[in-house]
Amino acid sequence: MSETPGDLRYSRNHEWARANDDGSITIGITDHAQDQLGDLVYVEVPEPGREVEADEACAVVESVKAASDMYAPIAGTVIEVNEALADKPEAVNQDAYGEGWLIRLKPSSSDALSGLMDADAYREFVESE
Amino acid sequence: MGKKTPLYETHQAMGARLVDFAGWDMPVHYGSQIEEHHIVRRDAGMFDVSHMTVVDLVGSEARPFLRHLLANNVDKLQEKGKALYSCMLNEQGGVIDDLIVYFLEESWFRLVVNSATRDKDLDWIVGQARAFGVDVIEQSHLAMIAVQGPRARDKVLPLLDEANRQAAADLKPFYGEEHGDWFVARTGYTGEDGFEIMLPEDQAAGFWNALKENAVQPCGLGSRDTLRLEAGMNLYGADMDESVSPLVSGLNWTVGWSPQERDFIGRAALQRQRDAGPKEKFVGLLLEDKGILRNHQRVVVEGAADGEITSGSFSPTLDRSIALARVPAQTGERCQVDVRGRLLAARVVKPPFVRNGKALVG
Repeated sequence: MSETPGDLRYSRNHEWARANDDGSITIGITDHAQDQLGDLVYVEVPEPGREVEADEACAVVESVKAASDMYAPIAGTVIEVNEALADKPEAVNQDAYGEGWLIRLKPSSSDALSGLMDADAYREFVESE
Repeated sequence: MGKKTPLYETHQAMGARLVDFAGWDMPVHYGSQIEEHHIVRRDAGMFDVSHMTVVDLVGSEARPFLRHLLANNVDKLQEKGKALYSCMLNEQGGVIDDLIVYFLEESWFRLVVNSATRDKDLDWIVGQARAFGVDVIEQSHLAMIAVQGPRARDKVLPLLDEANRQAAADLKPFYGEEHGDWFVARTGYTGEDGFEIMLPEDQAAGFWNALKENAVQPCGLGSRDTLRLEAGMNLYGADMDESVSPLVSGLNWTVGWSPQERDFIGRAALQRQRDAGPKEKFVGLLLEDKGILRNHQRVVVEGAADGEITSGSFSPTLDRSIALARVPAQTGERCQVDVRGRLLAARVVKPPFVRNGKALVG
């Protein structure tokens, strides 16, 4: 069974979002998503400074088998990207909620996460899919 | 629910991720397909390939029939047990399927064809066999397990019964032999040494478990695909199909042109193509930029028409992306590939990329 930490929020596209103390939001793909994709071999992240809309494709995660878009779960400005994934895409498989994070956003609105699911709702959503 | 091989429950018990493959529920991996890939290159892995179709051709005219049916020349098979890779063509020279044929007896040849093409293959073969009075007998009660890797032989041999062990130990590459209900062949689809073993379906799980006990890694179709791609082996339906000929699919070497009087199906069309000079050629690509090449991506060649990637993926051995592609005949040493809207640089190479654990390109 895949992990779903209680302190994160989740999107229907299988991204997770973590509120940081400085008001920024860190984003990645869920453990369930990485498990479905299989071994990741390439991750393409956006340029810092890029403005993204909610549900806009902003990164690409590629497994051996296929390429998948990662959608921004909320609107905001990209302030940092995980450069280490260029050489170590498998970090997403190994540690989806830690070392495998993809981007950090400055959200456009202060209650940006309110539209996302909590862990229980996400678990239910995954089971219903 | 799809069709199940005799190993379906065993795969489930061993934690396989099962996916639909040509109507069959097949393992794609047992945890990590990259790990499985490396184990086959370095040690030994096993694949359930029971979904493949085994067809015996029986009758005194079996050889003349195959002379007509196959683009490769079955007369290359003079020693019992010898195997031959061939395309089966339609009259237009398009590839109906690729297959392996084994010469067992003068009146008994065995074909192994793809599962995705089973129905049309059988229709075609039965239709063509009628004029030769050859019986076409599908052996659907056989399971098939491929054990591949540098240590595959060492790990398989102790598990075979006396007769099969002796025979298998002496098998030369691309030969097979039957003892009892088991058929052991020194063939494969990974670019490594090993065996493909056909056995009665009720013995498949026992043998699979014994291999597991003997430290052979269960592997799924995911690693099977990256292994065959590195080995430069074509995949039917991706690299060739009925719309293209072997001449533009990297399979010229499988066409038995001589003797000239052998009238195989598709010969006339192939000969015309050959005389005109094929406009395309089949090559390997090595991606120089970061990214992953995928099937159907556009290959951009300066001053020529576009080509297309037929199989693209990540090469675990080379740690970069590789592909097979059909490109204009005048393509030189470099090209670009349209990867999700960006043109990335690729080098044109001659497959295979990897054989027997060693990188052949760099």
